[in-house]
Amino acid sequence: MIELKHVSKAFTLHNQGSAVIEVINDVSFAVAAGECVALTGASGAGKSTLMRMIYGNYLTQSGQILIDDLDLVQAEPREIITLRRDVLGYVSQFLRVVPRVPTLDVVAEPLRLLGVSAVDAQRRASALLHQLNIPERLWSLSPTTFSGGEQQRVNIARGFTYNFPAILLDEPTASLDAANRDVVLSLIEDAKARGAAIIGIFHDEAARSRVCDREIDISRFTPGMVA
Amino acid sequence: MTHQDNYNFAYLDEQTKRMIRRAILKGLAIPGYQVPFASREMPMPYGWGTGGVQVSAAVLTPEDTFKVIDQGADDTTNAVSIRTFFQRTAGVATTTATQDATVIQTRHRIPEESLGEGQILVYQVPIPEPLRFLEPRESETRKMHSLEEYGLMHVKLYEDISRHGHIATSYAYPVKVEGRYVMDPSPIPKFDNPKLGDMAAIQLFGAGREQRIYALPPYTNVISLDFEDHPFEASKANHPCGMCGSTDSYLDELIVDDAGRRMFICSDTDYCETRQAAGHKGKDAA
Amino acid sequence: MTPLLCVQGITKRYGAHIGCTDVSFDLYPGEVMGIVGESGSGKSTLLNCMAGNLAPDAGQVVFDTRCDGPRETISMSEPERRMLGRTDWAFVHQHARDGLRMGVSAGGNVGERLMALDERHYGDIRDKASDWLGRVEIDASRIDDRPTTFSGGMQQRLQIARNLVTGPRLVFMDEPTGGLDVSVQARLLDLLRGLVRDMGLSAIIVTHDLAVVRLLADRLMVMKDGHVVEAGLTDQVLDDPQHAYSQLLVSSVLQV
Repeated sequence: MIELKHVSKAFTLHNQGSAVIEVINDVSFAVAAGECVALTGASGAGKSTLMRMIYGNYLTQSGQILIDDLDLVQAEPREIITLRRDVLGYVSQFLRVVPRVPTLDVVAEPLRLLGVSAVDAQRRASALLHQLNIPERLWSLSPTTFSGGEQQRVNIARGFTYNFPAILLDEPTASLDAANRDVVLSLIEDAKARGAAIIGIFHDEAARSRVCDREIDISRFTPGMVA
Repeated sequence: MTHQDNYNFAYLDEQTKRMIRRAILKGLAIPGYQVPFASREMPMPYGWGTGGVQVSAAVLTPEDTFKVIDQGADDTTNAVSIRTFFQRTAGVATTTATQDATVIQTRHRIPEESLGEGQILVYQVPIPEPLRFLEPRESETRKMHSLEEYGLMHVKLYEDISRHGHIATSYAYPVKVEGRYVMDPSPIPKFDNPKLGDMAAIQLFGAGREQRIYALPPYTNVISLDFEDHPFEASKANHPCGMCGSTDSYLDELIVDDAGRRMFICSDTDYCETRQAAGHKGKDAA
Repeated sequence: MTPLLCVQGITKRYGAHIGCTDVSFDLYPGEVMGIVGESGSGKSTLLNCMAGNLAPDAGQVVFDTRCDGPRETISMSEPERRMLGRTDWAFVHQHARDGLRMGVSAGGNVGERLMALDERHYGDIRDKASDWLGRVEIDASRIDDRPTTFSGGMQQRLQIARNLVTGPRLVFMDEPTGGLDVSVQARLLDLLRGLVRDMGLSAIIVTHDLAVVRLLADRLMVMKDGHVVEAGLTDQVLDDPQHAYSQLLVSSVLQV
């Protein structure tokens, strides 16, 4: 489902003396449907960077990133956009929203992009917001004023509204209390059960061991980092 | 009366008449299309009928009989002036009787009596461009005419209906000619619009200040613009003529005394007098 | 899939000065392309060349028309291009005054395109105009008011309604939020996002504001001195810019 072959990346900072920073070197691994793989490694090892490369948010210098047979590195922008709409979901560490849009609509958006009616999309979004313990009185407000934990739960709700076949999760349980952490991990288990391929970054070891089948230590691939 | 020796026949020199006739022929060949022409200095200022006078001068022959009306009347100052002008410079016979005239110059009215195949009606036109008040750029209006882009014309009518509940344009009501050009028929009341189409006479339009000539050859298809749900109505006042009793002519409203008493009389003076001479009497007739 | 718009080698010079040079890209149905750059980058020149407002010195713009398939638009006859501009194409100007008739009511402004396409039922035209005013969040009671009585944001929304009433497939926008207050901009961008999605529009948006492209555009082209220096997915170009100028542009934006 998700396969990386000899993927490498470096940043070139033109306006800072053209400094070249190699971040990832020759990463290869695969994630099958129904599997959850954790990316581990010390802070700064490049876990989030790699995740963004898999999402197409960062450019990959060399190698192949195959998701459902589409090589992201060579793909046209519209192919990536279609992929992100139909196949690949991504829950980043921070909630990024269009200002002024109510929470319910933020969460319903992925389904609306797929052509689902407003009514049905909002129904599904409500179910998830309930599950993640976001009180109904907040649904008509923009999440930009919510607490860190609430924002993260809205972020997760948005990521799980549609049953993506492939999901990328960056620290999904950070800033959550035990009860909500449990909800999120259940959502991940449900996704696995229906055959989604998941890559996650989990600070929390307990969470990692509960949902992940394998771990990949990214610091092995980071130039200048001792494993 | 022969014309005065120090003027060429009908005032204009032959080369100028030739130029105007060419413009007229072009106008007749493309009904409703505004033909630019080199408008001459005339012995009356712009805004006093120089366009109509130049067209009349170009088409008059010594055998013609000439009539001039100003809002239907033969006896206003300007009608009299223009008639006298052509008496002096062309020596043509003049008349107030519509059916005796071969060339009729008119300001803002079409005679009530049907015109025939030997007659020419010459209109005085202030602003020839129907789109002018919505689109001030000449470059744009020319393009619109050449590309038949007339949406804006209907916008004007739309605005009327939205503001007044009906199309409020009561004179200079725009028309579509032979399904192609949109034309301003000069400030005739919309009551006269139906007469424009299928007229047996030749209709020529002259705008002196704006330097345009356009024309309608006999039996041309002319349709007043409207909306499906707001069709064109050639409306008029709901009164008969006070002098001759006619119920289907266009009327002038006259206030006759300080108490505000009003009388409605045919605007076409020849038509009214002819009817009275035939014995018709309205309620206000003496 | 056939591209909706195929731009090849557009070049426009002003004497010795380069307006834009050798710009090529394909735009597919439903895509929104942002063109960013600072003043003098050539982005407005490029937009006007593509939209048929300026004649380029070289290049082609091929549009996939509804009836005749792909047609090259620069060499089209003027009547055809003007018809395209009233039906399948739309152009939203930076200043609403350039895209509206200020002396005509809001309803008349929105209805003009319909009347230009031979719609002749006053009631229907008015209903459609009303409907569109609602969609751009202008109160229906303002339908008979002139745009001179509208705020800047309302004028801009009216311009959008006027352009979209005939269901165009491609919208060109030149700094659509330029000159508007920040809160008004936000509302306008929300509206545009919704309309683009609901109508399946393709759009080419020229702006110097990176926040606008992040919100509206799927793809991005960065221009400098008439050249396209970088192109790609919007979030990729903004989060991982490769070219020196792109990096400078992105890093110059103040984070509030």
